[in-house]
Amino acid sequence: MRILVCVKRVPLTGGKMVLTADEQALETRHLGFTISPHEECGVEEAVRLVEQHGGEVTVLTLGPAEAEEQIRDSLANGGDRGVHLVTDGQEWDPQGTAAVIVETVEAEEAAGGGFDLIVFGNESADAGNYQVGIRVAYALSRPIATNLKGLSLYEGGVRCEQEVPGGRDIYELPLPAVVSVLEGINLPRYPSVPAKLRARSKPVETRSPERPAPKLEKLRLVVPPGQGKQAEILGNGPEAAPRVVEVMREIGVAG
Amino acid sequence: MSVLVLVEPGEELSLQAISLARDLGGPLHALSVGEAVTGLGAYGVETLHVAEHDGLSAYAPAAWAACLEQLIDQVAPDAVVAAGTNRGNEVLGHLAARRELPFAANCIAVGSDGTVTRVRWGGSLLEEARIDSDLKLLTVAPHMVEATTLNGGEATVERLEAALDDADLTVRVVEHAETPTAGVSLAEAKVVVSGGRGVGSADGFGMLEELAGLLNAAVGCSRVVTMAGWRPHTDQVGQTGTKVAPDLYIACGISGATQHIAGCKGAKKILAINSDAEAPILASADYAVIGDLAEIVPAITAELRKARS
Repeated sequence: MRILVCVKRVPLTGGKMVLTADEQALETRHLGFTISPHEECGVEEAVRLVEQHGGEVTVLTLGPAEAEEQIRDSLANGGDRGVHLVTDGQEWDPQGTAAVIVETVEAEEAAGGGFDLIVFGNESADAGNYQVGIRVAYALSRPIATNLKGLSLYEGGVRCEQEVPGGRDIYELPLPAVVSVLEGINLPRYPSVPAKLRARSKPVETRSPERPAPKLEKLRLVVPPGQGKQAEILGNGPEAAPRVVEVMREIGVAG
Repeated sequence: MSVLVLVEPGEELSLQAISLARDLGGPLHALSVGEAVTGLGAYGVETLHVAEHDGLSAYAPAAWAACLEQLIDQVAPDAVVAAGTNRGNEVLGHLAARRELPFAANCIAVGSDGTVTRVRWGGSLLEEARIDSDLKLLTVAPHMVEATTLNGGEATVERLEAALDDADLTVRVVEHAETPTAGVSLAEAKVVVSGGRGVGSADGFGMLEELAGLLNAAVGCSRVVTMAGWRPHTDQVGQTGTKVAPDLYIACGISGATQHIAGCKGAKKILAINSDAEAPILASADYAVIGDLAEIVPAITAELRKARS
């Protein structure tokens, strides 16, 4: 089976949010980058399905030149080939993102055959728009299920599981389909050194699409108030235990 | 100006969504699917439309969006609002895709000029944005807006005979599997004892379990811990895990990355136990004990036992 996984490069934010002077982005000069967590699990899920059923995993990203790092990481974890839609670093809104993914899917399918499954993370860690996968599914007239914590294939379809209060809701989607998964659907592997080396020589195709005018237009970012509280130090080491229990009593949770 | 709100039965967050929707002005229409929701008049809803169709007995996101579309044609609202729940975000995503309209997820404020303030990074960052369309679609971030009542009477209830295509019902819940739960659930616990990298190993959680047992608490953990395989993902507190709101959250050996704070900032009080007095968690905590958690946690457990005997 052929699977396409869409991933996004996001900064590892650490303990504090610091903005650039123009308030348009996070200051990332001192930060590392990673694949948005839900999508990292999306790659792992796609690779496991192909290991089980045979086929090929294509990894797609829309991001700056540096996002090749996230494609290579995905290839080190079992992806077969990458497609990198290179941006100038400006953010794309969800409609623009979905449109360029649809365009890419159509081109890829015309050249190499249809994707049985397109995998998204449920929402990106940074923008959290909750909609790109759904828009892509509609544009391609394919069914979609979101918030997924389980996937398994049956003849002609994919069984999808959602965690809901008290249990799991099950959906059955005919293939080809689109799915949006959540972290926790699996535990992604760590790539071995040989796998990282092999990933360097796997094919990554690049294209440079033009960014359309946003319909959901970011005006500015704001760090919410409330950061910068200073904790009351109850003590150092085990000698602080009586004071901790006293505080628990004050809060009313000491039992 | 009128506004249409999607209401989920038994969902407190829908009342928060209605409260924010009132800021948009105009008469409020609400839609519930399959069953009526009572008491919405007190929140300012004038008309509740209850969608009915044989196909709506099980949740089907496209069918819910189709019902909203039908009502949009009927009442011509200027905005459609839902709670930022799994279903609320999903259904508005479907509606946005069907109508090719922009959609702003997880808003905390709306302006009369079409601007919104929405959350990014699970609430660690805010974005001011403009929705470039006449019909505005948005959801309301959970627990960021207070649900407030007005002196409204009862809402008028109208039946909406849903017109659905087969395609609207392709994706629907075909089965619900109950999972037996043991112990206190993380989302509802009054106290959460949570561990991070500083716990050191899967076995290290034994002392947290012991303290949690005494406090009738749930055990949580940070993302580092689930990625290392020390605890299952269901125990993770954070942006990509469970969001908790206990009376007391005890963060043991957790540095306080924004990913984690997004999951525990709903706690009334946070106690940090950390060897590093400079750790970022101290800027989010109310209390802190500095030192080796392997000594401090058992000492608290012993002190609690002593106090009770």
